[in-house]
Amino acid sequence: MSNVAVAAPRKTRGPWAVAFAKLARDRAAMASLAVFLLIVLACLSAPLYAKWAGVDPFASTLDAVIQIDGADVPVMEQSTEGLGLGYTPLGPTWRLGNYFLGADSQGRDVMARMLYGGLSSLLISGAATIFTLILGTAAGLIAGYFGGITDTVLSRFLDVLWAFPIYLLAISLSIVTIAHGITIGPIEIESGSLWLPVIIIGIVYVPYVARPIRGQVLSLRNSEFVLAAINLGVPGPRILWRDILPNVTTTLIVFVPLMMALNMLTESALSFLSIGVQPPAASWGTIIQDGQALLYTRPLVALVPGLAIAVSVMALNVFGDGLRDALDPRSKVRLGRD
Amino acid sequence: MKKLLLAASAAALLAGTWLAPAQAEYLKEHRGGTIRLLARSAAGTLDPHINYTDQGWQMYQPIYDGLVAFRKAEGMDGFTIVPDLAEALPQVSNDGKTFTFKLRKGIKFSSGQDLGVKDVVASFQRIFKVSGPTSGTFYAGIVGADKCLADTKSCTLEGGVVTDEAAGTITINITKPDAELLYKLALPHAVVLPADTPAEDMGSKPIPSTGAYMISAFDPNKGMTVSRNPNFKQWSEEAQPDGYPDVVQYDFGLSEEAAVTAIQNGEADWMFDALPSDRLGELGSKSMDQLHISPLSAWWYAPLNNRLAPFDNEKARQAVAYAIDRNTLVKLFGGKVLASPVCQVLPPDFPGHEDYCPFTKDPGAKWSAPDLDKAKQLVEDSGTKGQKVTIIVEDTAISRSIGVYLQTVLTSIGYVADVKPISSNIQFTYIQNTNNKVQMSVTQWYKDYPAASDFLNILFSCASFREGSDASINIAGFCDKEIDAKMQKALDLGVTDQAAADKLWAEVDRQVTDKAPAVGLFTPKRLDFVSKRLGNFKFNRQFNWMITQSWVQ
Repeated sequence: MSNVAVAAPRKTRGPWAVAFAKLARDRAAMASLAVFLLIVLACLSAPLYAKWAGVDPFASTLDAVIQIDGADVPVMEQSTEGLGLGYTPLGPTWRLGNYFLGADSQGRDVMARMLYGGLSSLLISGAATIFTLILGTAAGLIAGYFGGITDTVLSRFLDVLWAFPIYLLAISLSIVTIAHGITIGPIEIESGSLWLPVIIIGIVYVPYVARPIRGQVLSLRNSEFVLAAINLGVPGPRILWRDILPNVTTTLIVFVPLMMALNMLTESALSFLSIGVQPPAASWGTIIQDGQALLYTRPLVALVPGLAIAVSVMALNVFGDGLRDALDPRSKVRLGRD
Repeated sequence: MKKLLLAASAAALLAGTWLAPAQAEYLKEHRGGTIRLLARSAAGTLDPHINYTDQGWQMYQPIYDGLVAFRKAEGMDGFTIVPDLAEALPQVSNDGKTFTFKLRKGIKFSSGQDLGVKDVVASFQRIFKVSGPTSGTFYAGIVGADKCLADTKSCTLEGGVVTDEAAGTITINITKPDAELLYKLALPHAVVLPADTPAEDMGSKPIPSTGAYMISAFDPNKGMTVSRNPNFKQWSEEAQPDGYPDVVQYDFGLSEEAAVTAIQNGEADWMFDALPSDRLGELGSKSMDQLHISPLSAWWYAPLNNRLAPFDNEKARQAVAYAIDRNTLVKLFGGKVLASPVCQVLPPDFPGHEDYCPFTKDPGAKWSAPDLDKAKQLVEDSGTKGQKVTIIVEDTAISRSIGVYLQTVLTSIGYVADVKPISSNIQFTYIQNTNNKVQMSVTQWYKDYPAASDFLNILFSCASFREGSDASINIAGFCDKEIDAKMQKALDLGVTDQAAADKLWAEVDRQVTDKAPAVGLFTPKRLDFVSKRLGNFKFNRQFNWMITQSWVQ
């Protein structure tokens, strides 16, 4: 009989569980996620808010009159002093549902537009992120795995796209498509559609995703398990799908918040320049543009969407950093029991 | 009493060649100093034969001269034509087809060269050689212009501009009588430049001038310095008066907000650009004495494409005209002090203007209120309800606001409307080109010269419509043969009887308005904000504020 006791095998957690645990312990990342989710929830409530407040955030209401403390107050107030020049929109009332943030130069409720604007900004940046990730991943996988002429052609194309200053490229594409939309075969996207900025932003950032993915695939292509699969005669697409894609997933996950933050900034910039979301629809960029003409009298119209963009982008970036640390096996984030 | 009358007559006679006593006295007291102007950007090329901007034309007034000029006087007097480089208004002969001018003697360019008839003929040729923007319209009636337009490089205008060096005369022959020729000759596109001026766009290079001032430095990114022409001796106070400041310094690059602050702080005297809307209230109450509001002969309007659905239907166009609340638009522009509602084409106080407004709650002379019920009924009757309409506007705060408001109006009467703001640099040409299939747009028209044809004939004649061209100023694509014939008749009548012609133009104005090829929005006013030190502000209806007739000391 042996006196040597055999230790029971220690139960270890899977890599995803470890990553989640790491992420959950990253207070900054979790706080950022909470802030971002709060913003998303607020924006999703836009139609409800507009209905509750009884306002149409897209129609000019220059002659509207609202009630504050029982008194009728015009939404656009004419200057009565001196020559009586110009009209000033109503300032913030700080009453939810009653021009909380005041009115813009069209007499529209800025709060309702902020929520709708956020919805547009989030939708566009989210959809553009998915678009970029799909295209970028596909390009990176194909170029890295098949190599040769495929890699050369795809890489050079990405180099050309990469060589253009991003905003210049986005502005050029927007100007070309903004008036007439895009028609590719049976697919037709109308000029005012939100899909236009989605596609434009999605395209310009493809190299940002494709190049690092290609680099990873080039390295994975020579790993033993891939070589084994090739030698066993497994078809290329299956290897890409079953063996290589799962190994780049963590990179793609890290890309999501970072690309979304980048896309949100790009969308706002394009909308500010009138080549993103088209009026009367709102995005945070268009509201800043509307507010630009009111900086002197109603600075909040431009400041609030600016602040919303800054907070959202910061939240996404901090969360993205936390996510990267959590998914990186070499991360130095300490987990209590591990 | 008789002596006084004689003295007054003598002074009046001398006014053409010598300084009026009042001006002479003021000149002594206020002459000198630097007047400082601001603009967001330069007005493009310095070449007066090419530049076609308000900003450029205003600045050229104390610098360049033509054979005739618009009188440098306040208000409507500024629409009067007076002899400038010519000794007198021309002798007209050959049934109104020949105009003979006698050139003044002793005038020198700022470069020191003497002005001669050769400079005049070379300048007329140059209008075509540089493909001036109005060479094919304003000056196309000169004999030989057709050849010059076909082959610009070898333009001679043979038989069109004939000179007699010994007699110092210039004879201009035109193919058919033109009542507006003198107006056209008084525009900066017809100023006289030295004969050796290269026949190419001079861009940023100043060209010697005959006026009281000359351009001494120019950098399109920084500014322009205009100083006294050392060779200038006043020959006509009403055509080219001497100015007060020694230097006009025009700086470019500051935003409108910064320009207002600079003027408030006394660092600048005037700004070209419109005042930012969020400063109007403050300036209107605190700086009233520094503001000058002046009427403009201009028209903000919304051309409706008469060749594209839904506005190829007259009822659909009239529906839009009924539905638009001009008071709201006036409000967007800054209020009643800065604009007035309008229904018709010709602006108030303009030749041929007779108050007329059919598209209002109570049709008559003036607009009173929108008639939405009528508008909705017309949309129903036209069978265009539910159709999609895109409004193309300039990417400026005011145009965007108007576009958004119009989108709301169109939606309210049954259309599916959206707005597209596009860069101000391209919007005006974009909406002219039929290839872009623009259904509705918002734009402005400022008169070139005070004639009804400058609005009606240019904006709505069949000849002004060019399929697929960026220069199809008849943006609506309106073409009515009967109205066209009437416009031609009015043009011809103007040669012999201007009053009768203006009556006919009023009729044309009503007919065009009734067909609603475009919807009149409002007539704007010019708001000038000047420094506290600037005195003697005078506004000329043709070229706006007369810069060098103000003093700063």
